[in-house]
Amino acid sequence: MQRLPATPVFLERRSYRQRRMMDAIRLLPLVGLLLWLMPTLWATSDGDGVEPVRMSQAIVYVFGVWVCLILCAGSLWHYLRNSSEDAIDVEFGVKTEPK
Amino acid sequence: MKKRVLLVEDEPNIIEAITFLLSREGWHVDIQTDGATAVKRVRELQPDLLMLDHMLPGKSGLDILIELRSDDQFLALPILMLTARGQMRDRVEAEAAGVSRFMTKPFSNTEVLAAVRDLTRN
Amino acid sequence: MASINLLIAVCLTYVAFLFLVAFAAERAAARGRGNWLRSPLVYTLSLSIYCTAWTFYGAVGYAARSGMEFITIYLGPSLVMIGWWWFLRKLVRVGRTQRVTSVADLISSRYGKSNVLAIVVTIMAVLGVTPYIALQLQSVTLSLSIFSDPTGTTDGGMNLVSAGFWVALGLSLFTVLFGTRNLNANERHNGVVIAIAVEAVVKLVALLAVGIFVVWGVAGGISEMMVRIDNSDIGQWQVDSSRWTALTVLSGAAFLCLPRMFQVLVVENDDERHLHIASWAFPIYLMMMSLFVVPIAVVGLDLLPENSNPDLFVLTVPLSQGQGGLAILSFLGGFSSATSMVIVATLALSTMVSNHVVMPIWLSFQGQGATVSGDVRNVVIFARRVSILVIIALGYLYYRVSGGSGALAAIGLISFIGVAQFLPAMIGGIFWRGATRVGALTGLLVGFAIWTYTSLLPSFGADVVLSSPLLEQGPFGVEWLRPQALFGIKGIDPTVHAVLWSLLLNTSGFIFGSLVSFPKPLERLQGAQFVNVFANSGHAHGWSGSAAQSEDLMVMAQRILGGAEAQKLFRREAQIQGHDRYLPEPTPDFLQRVEREMSASVGAATAHAMISQLVGGASVSVQDLMAVADESAQMLEYSNQLEAKSSELLDTARQLRDVNAKLTQISVQKDAFLSQISHELRTPMTSIRSFSEILRDGHELKASEQTKYASIIHVEAIRLTRLLDDLLDLSVLENGQVSLNTETGSLADVIGHAVTTTQAGAIKQIKIDVSDLDTSIELHTDLDRLAQVFINLISNAQKYCKSPEPRLFIRATKTDNEVCILLTDNGLPIPMETHALIFEKFSRINDQDGSGAGLGLAICREIMIRLGGEIDYVPAARGNRFVLRLPV
Repeated sequence: MQRLPATPVFLERRSYRQRRMMDAIRLLPLVGLLLWLMPTLWATSDGDGVEPVRMSQAIVYVFGVWVCLILCAGSLWHYLRNSSEDAIDVEFGVKTEPK
Repeated sequence: MKKRVLLVEDEPNIIEAITFLLSREGWHVDIQTDGATAVKRVRELQPDLLMLDHMLPGKSGLDILIELRSDDQFLALPILMLTARGQMRDRVEAEAAGVSRFMTKPFSNTEVLAAVRDLTRN
Repeated sequence: MASINLLIAVCLTYVAFLFLVAFAAERAAARGRGNWLRSPLVYTLSLSIYCTAWTFYGAVGYAARSGMEFITIYLGPSLVMIGWWWFLRKLVRVGRTQRVTSVADLISSRYGKSNVLAIVVTIMAVLGVTPYIALQLQSVTLSLSIFSDPTGTTDGGMNLVSAGFWVALGLSLFTVLFGTRNLNANERHNGVVIAIAVEAVVKLVALLAVGIFVVWGVAGGISEMMVRIDNSDIGQWQVDSSRWTALTVLSGAAFLCLPRMFQVLVVENDDERHLHIASWAFPIYLMMMSLFVVPIAVVGLDLLPENSNPDLFVLTVPLSQGQGGLAILSFLGGFSSATSMVIVATLALSTMVSNHVVMPIWLSFQGQGATVSGDVRNVVIFARRVSILVIIALGYLYYRVSGGSGALAAIGLISFIGVAQFLPAMIGGIFWRGATRVGALTGLLVGFAIWTYTSLLPSFGADVVLSSPLLEQGPFGVEWLRPQALFGIKGIDPTVHAVLWSLLLNTSGFIFGSLVSFPKPLERLQGAQFVNVFANSGHAHGWSGSAAQSEDLMVMAQRILGGAEAQKLFRREAQIQGHDRYLPEPTPDFLQRVEREMSASVGAATAHAMISQLVGGASVSVQDLMAVADESAQMLEYSNQLEAKSSELLDTARQLRDVNAKLTQISVQKDAFLSQISHELRTPMTSIRSFSEILRDGHELKASEQTKYASIIHVEAIRLTRLLDDLLDLSVLENGQVSLNTETGSLADVIGHAVTTTQAGAIKQIKIDVSDLDTSIELHTDLDRLAQVFINLISNAQKYCKSPEPRLFIRATKTDNEVCILLTDNGLPIPMETHALIFEKFSRINDQDGSGAGLGLAICREIMIRLGGEIDYVPAARGNRFVLRLPV
């Protein structure tokens, strides 16, 4: 009876966080797609007088986006794995099958 | 010296009746109402006859019987078992466990006395 | 400079090493020590078969020709992996719960286990992937030739054709050996997976080594490399926007649809959590694979003569710098890429071919039914081995015929567009319940036709298959039908054109077909299973009528699953069904399980067909129902009713089983109850009989003894009577035969009556305190019965309250809807562990002298229930408390 009344609030907060993290996981590929489609707007070498984007810049941009996406995905995975396996299972619908 | 019988029974009126009957036959009757310490009591008293109820608080008569018969010392001890449950299975189990005589309540006084005499003839 | 002979020796050693690794892995798995074989790392590495020789050699060539565009081939899969939550998660789950063995199996299984769809998908996959296999053979032989002619301008002095033949033979051998060793339940191949994981490491290390050599060894550092890149031919952004977008989407689609990717992503997946890890780990792999592509291409363009083949820069750049060892490593990398792709692709295709083409044909020849046929297991393995040989032979043939022409990347892209045609049917299948077989078939055929017309046939060049006038002006001069400018829309890049139209029309056909057609019952059920896979990770739909005999099932399952496996399955089922007889009953559940186990070996449609041969006939099977359903909508309704009825019957059977179990339990309880009653009745009878005999026989008793014995008889006779009364009472109450005599009266009166009754003639008096009792409480109930409850409770307290000053407090409160009465004594609280028992019959918790039968509280409870109230026991602070609640 006298157990911390704060516990449910705390849990609420945690699961709320987890839900938002799940939203982030869902959003991540869309963000990636958007960023990687940016180059379609760049000036090309046959553009009319506009200085085309240099190859080295393009490489830095594409790989930079890549690294960011991997870091985000990795840290989201790490966060959700550490926070609670159960919550992930519930959220991801990953149930261990009864044997 | 008087022969000793240990009566393991929890029903006061039945104790009274059996004590009355056996005292008249010249027996010394010891009473034990609890099943749990019955085996210990048998070892202490070394009675010439054991009368055992089936349903006892603490430990069932059948368990007491099995425990005693697993000890060589009590292989020959006459054990008369009385039961009020009236189930065939109880009799079969008790006989398998080595009971000397098995009787169902309510018993006739003469039958009980005959059985006691029969069991302790030698 | 490495000689060809040295190279071949290295190659053979490497292959021997792979054999060894695969063999060791199989052994470890067989002994159950293979857990590490199924780690997330191995899973991630196995995904790298996406990176074939096309990406190993071809990416550099691609970059040298068109700059950054090559990278789209990696961006698509990266996005798919990072966005695993959207699609892969569900795909893997569906694949695992439905025991799917291939893309064809997935699609056929989803659309009502349709074998037609399976065959269509299989043929499309074989047509789409064969050129790709040829491409791998070509790249291996081409790279071998480089070592005899480093400039790469000619085919060199060695016999490329025979080299290609030996490579093909070696690959077939490996695949047959490790891909068809066991036809196991989950269709996973430990040896193959571990070998491709090793190859994944080799190709990554090789490409990174060449890249590092190029950046630091040749260019002299990162910044110098960047300057060099900007000054090269590809130093400026020259990517076509439409191609960039289309290729990103295409590569993502192909990543999901390629049979080999499906094999490693879904079929070989052992744990869904591995996918979570691969979601970020595999993009790292892809990123590293593409990191040095542009530098190698730029340096190659700089250093090597104008006419050298850019597809082989990865080899020729180190060779031109005199780095023979690095070149050999790089060669091994390319070799790994090619071999791992061929092995897994062939494995995946052979599974499809044997399960969906060979087995159904073979089964239809075995007209008499599945049980009388030969050993199915052997047939499946044999079919699979032959399929492997045939597929690799097809690849080799294509390579011979095409003569190793065309840039690597072009063939790869055509193959990608081909397999991407599966995407609408796949995505629609697992997200849209309305998708039907007709829709899937329409979409697939339309997409496939457009792919052939706009992409495959034109790729052979003008006048090979399609004449140049046809390409220029369209068939019969109809401009709208020009292969590379459909509907008169010109100026689109041919690849984008093919992707756009094939996928667009494929999807439209799929949706339109689904909207206008009506799915069969099995399709609807499978659709629900697939789409709602997270809601109910349940069963594929199965068998309602079960005329299959267990013996027949056993015989068939043994043939397909193997003896030990089948026996295990059947024994486990027998145990679940609760009888230790060897064979379990063929319940629908069990049939479904057998079907699923078998479908892992021979595919869903075949397994379904085999079981239906056994089950069909005598009883109503799903297929019978479907045949009926096809005739008219009315009949469909009827068949649904039949299914409902049959499930109703099953329900009834289950209920009967439950009732039976309950009856058995009750019978045990009844036996215990009877021996209890016997004991309760015989015990007083014993005293009565014994003492009456003593009195009868004289024995010269004293007067006091005579009185005593007579009174024992009297007391015991009363006890017997009371016991009989109680038993009768209880039995009447329990059977609900009691008629309540409802009256209105005051609670105080009822309690007063009970107190007087119990106090009269009792030896041990208890002081009863009713001072707090609210005398205004009126009750409308059976007052006599209620009084009986109070009498029982008060006399209990009277008998068992061991306090020196026994007291009983009676209190009552009334709320809007109930009256609550508390009886609290100051006796010893009863032990905690017996609380649950006190209302049971014959419980006699505190009864040391045995005068009560232990029925009093049981009667109280029964009465309270009849009166619509309840009684509870609550341990009080110092004593015992009974709480009675009565509705007002």
